[in-house]
Amino acid sequence: MILSIDLILLFFVVLIAVAAITLRDLLSAVILLGAYSFLMALIWVELQSVDVGFTEAAVGAGATTAFLIAAVSRTTRWEKKK
Amino acid sequence: MKEEQGERDVIIETVARVMIPFIQLFALYVIIHGAGGPGGGFQGGVVFASGFILYIIAFNLAGGRKRFPESANTILSSVGLYIYAGIGLLAILFSFGAAQYLNYGFIPFTSHFEENRALGMDFVEMGIGITVMAIIASIFFDLAEKDEKQKEGEDG
Repeated sequence: MILSIDLILLFFVVLIAVAAITLRDLLSAVILLGAYSFLMALIWVELQSVDVGFTEAAVGAGATTAFLIAAVSRTTRWEKKK
Repeated sequence: MKEEQGERDVIIETVARVMIPFIQLFALYVIIHGAGGPGGGFQGGVVFASGFILYIIAFNLAGGRKRFPESANTILSSVGLYIYAGIGLLAILFSFGAAQYLNYGFIPFTSHFEENRALGMDFVEMGIGITVMAIIASIFFDLAEKDEKQKEGEDG
């Protein structure tokens, strides 16, 4: 466990999470959530929990991104303005 | 998810065709080595289904449906569950009334207790992997496919 790597990864996770909920382009938000899951997987591996990191990489970055892209392709790409 | 047959990308199709066998071989490796290392039935099943999803994204939905039809989907998703529950019930039967559910050592695959336990664990992981693979592919098909009604009404 290396503190500086942890801090860098957590900083990027927070940055990506804030960007994903503020974007109006839903496809970009989905791709950002994929990057979020990948960084979370890196954090799990860094915390010596390889099994959880592997699950996060397979489900979060792989399957969920494909599901959400399929959902976006069936509905609409841009969020409506309020 | 290219709907039209006309637009084809040589690079994407070639990379997908080369990658898919390795992805699925890696998934089988993850399922088999789940007992001793990181991984297991769930992760291996998800990785195996990712191969199907990559095929559908690179080629088209209809071809993916032809290679993995709905009937196979239903059968596989229940076969995995039956393997999982059946191994547990076999353990109950062979433990002679002690009701050792999912204590695989009692099933006489071989003559050694520990070997039986490892083999039973592998079979249960295979059952989990089959079910998870079928269900993940099924969710993706349901999300990406359009019904007949929606095809007429909306576009895209």
